[in-house]
Amino acid sequence: MQKVTREQLIERAAALFADGTVSSVLGWKRGEFDYDITPAVFESAEELEKEFVWNDFCGANFSKYLVSKTVKAEEKILVFLKPCDTYSFNQLLTEHRFDREKVYAVGIPCEGMADIEKIKKITGEGIAKIECGEKLAVTTIYNDAPVPVDPSDVLAERCANCKSKKHVAYDELIGDEGEVVSSARFDEVEKLEAMTPDERFAFWQGELSRCIRCNACRDACPACTCEVCVFNNPRSGVENKAPANSFEEKMFHIIRAFHVAGRCTDCGECSRVCPQNIPLHLLNRKFIKDMNECYGEYQAGEEVGTKAPLVDYTTEDLEPGEVFDRRDTDA
Amino acid sequence: MQVKEYRPLIVAFCCNWCSYAGADLAGNNRADYPAEVKIIRVPCSCRVNPMFILKAFQRGADGVILCGCHPGDCHYTSGNYYTRRRMAMLFSMLDYLGIERERTRVEWVSAAEGAKFAATMNDFVKKVTELGENKRLEDLRCKK
Amino acid sequence: MRKCSLENINSVFAKIAEKAALYLPVDGDDGKASFTKWAEGKEWSDALNTVRSPKDFFFPQVEDLMRFKTEGKNIEITDIREESEDFVIFGVRGCDVKSFDILDRVFLSAPVDSYYASRREHGIIVSVACTRPSETCFCKSFGIDPAAPAGDVTCRKCEKELFWQANTEKGEALLKSIEEYTEECSSEAVDAVTEKINKIMAKLPLAGLDTKAFGGGKTKEFFDRPEWAELSEACLGCGTCTFVCPTCQCYDIKDFNTGNGVIRYRCWDSCMYSEFTKMAHGNNRLTQKERFRQRFMHKLVYYPENNDGLFSCVGCGRCLSRCPISMNIVKVMKKLGGEN
Repeated sequence: MQKVTREQLIERAAALFADGTVSSVLGWKRGEFDYDITPAVFESAEELEKEFVWNDFCGANFSKYLVSKTVKAEEKILVFLKPCDTYSFNQLLTEHRFDREKVYAVGIPCEGMADIEKIKKITGEGIAKIECGEKLAVTTIYNDAPVPVDPSDVLAERCANCKSKKHVAYDELIGDEGEVVSSARFDEVEKLEAMTPDERFAFWQGELSRCIRCNACRDACPACTCEVCVFNNPRSGVENKAPANSFEEKMFHIIRAFHVAGRCTDCGECSRVCPQNIPLHLLNRKFIKDMNECYGEYQAGEEVGTKAPLVDYTTEDLEPGEVFDRRDTDA
Repeated sequence: MQVKEYRPLIVAFCCNWCSYAGADLAGNNRADYPAEVKIIRVPCSCRVNPMFILKAFQRGADGVILCGCHPGDCHYTSGNYYTRRRMAMLFSMLDYLGIERERTRVEWVSAAEGAKFAATMNDFVKKVTELGENKRLEDLRCKK
Repeated sequence: MRKCSLENINSVFAKIAEKAALYLPVDGDDGKASFTKWAEGKEWSDALNTVRSPKDFFFPQVEDLMRFKTEGKNIEITDIREESEDFVIFGVRGCDVKSFDILDRVFLSAPVDSYYASRREHGIIVSVACTRPSETCFCKSFGIDPAAPAGDVTCRKCEKELFWQANTEKGEALLKSIEEYTEECSSEAVDAVTEKINKIMAKLPLAGLDTKAFGGGKTKEFFDRPEWAELSEACLGCGTCTFVCPTCQCYDIKDFNTGNGVIRYRCWDSCMYSEFTKMAHGNNRLTQKERFRQRFMHKLVYYPENNDGLFSCVGCGRCLSRCPISMNIVKVMKKLGGEN
């Protein structure tokens, strides 16, 4: 359950509308069911009152929308940012991707978002109603009495392994400031590293073979803000619209992960949006883990203006061949 | 019938200023290295982006080696330092996906190291020959 | 009508698989069902829908068309298509069966797409009635009865038995081949199941979704509606909705340089992409709003206009559960159709 309520957010936004600080609000809009929430721009307090929501299903990271929303904006837009979103926010600022002057950032604490698929595993299909509270009360069309679901049992993967409850950027904060938390987010990566190459190959071959190249991972990713992606550019020589075979599946995902290496804040949007549930975050986390181990701890987006490991160097860096020895001696 | 001996196809990206000249020196000195090594000259090892490496595998390479100036000797001051980080990360990722780590290598070869160039290539070809054909990063459409 | 025991189902599958490749929904490691080739040990999944629709069987995501090779001034062109073999798709839901009708009208009208036609001829569709529809289902809105799906054979699950009913000659032949495992029966048990499904259907949250605002000839009415801007505002421009959609049929034809020739292939394309139908002058749909509008106008207005009022949506609900930002055809219909 979220600690800050929808009403608190609307009240604050209404005040900012009233005093002329902002002219629009980027927020979450209710859907057909209680869980299918769409990002939307609200133009008035009345609109917020009518359709704005803030609950356990507000997963979408708004930072990337600021790129298009601030391009020709004349007045400020209010954006609600969860802690993980603020890292993407800073990273985009580092890359000069949006106009900070046009944004009024309101940090809101987050207790983690629920994964509707995990809920459906418990309650089954046919969800009629979900009431968010200490427990999620899930009513389906097949059982009339609500089924209580513990939010901690259905946390999205990225929230179960949350790296930080701290807002690294905001103009104002509603609720309490959190801390950077220790997480087990590299455990899965370590598990894979401990496998034999054959097992790893089989694992990734299986996962990536499900890819339908819908580009959702790329298009939702706050680090992927190229005007024209290399995979869309007919002059790049690798442009394609579908993975013709397993090579192209691997190429797309290796290159995508590499392009965001050092810039990926590990917000987890890629895995959230993947329609085929491919654990794409495990590719990004591998790069993060490697860079942390080889070039020192680095968290993309923690501060504006930092230099990512792959656009930096020291004369003492390890050799490419040594990158394996490092792990073998660790183990 | 004699079984045709397996000869791997190797792509070597060589920096214009050091390693390509090193390869030249190897040739001038009549140092032997296998003809399966196809050299692609690049202005700097830093010019090689990960896509080049993957594309080489796609088009049928069994091994890809990247040669540049020794760290500190880059014609452009720092290009090879970036290469070093990038390739370390890329190779680690390929390994993570279960692709044989011996198929990729970075070696620093100066213009004076003709002998090292030949020795490096001989060694690399030997290692890749032991591995056999590249099956994990192959694109069947590109097979003849 | 014939029936068999569900306990026995794997021997029935084995029998079918003797003659033709049999595909059916099987749960994967990720807990999601997908159509998988049946083999000993593969269990038929209870899942309502697969993530990818079965349109892949007739219209695969990637398909090689031909190969070119140039030597000197000669160009050698080879047809590299593989001859289709007979196959059976088992466990197709009513919505997905209907989607084949929609694809047929595109690919089988002149000029006939021979790649598609050949697969269609070789495929036998065994549909299965839904017993536990999801909140995202709205097939009824498009006149589909999930209790009586079409297909060459219709199956209905009832307690511990599976009822088989042939609808076509192909279906008769299939039932004949598994005769030893099934027995003749009356349809009473099936009627009870049908009634139960109908009751559930009425309880679904999207049960009242109405299509009558849409249809052919309504281009002018909807094209310039201001709501498109709001509806498409959050659209990321990814292709998830189009690629999981059982009725989306747009494709691109591309060449791949293999280094020793060129392979011409076709692959799914998405109207949500900025390069969709890109021409020399660029793209005629400049912003995501136009691309977004194209997709829904096609489903709700353009397609019915050219196809006797048939909508090109079957209400399977895949886009509802898969869209990264939860924008979908239901929201579009409600917003534009006046019910909100």
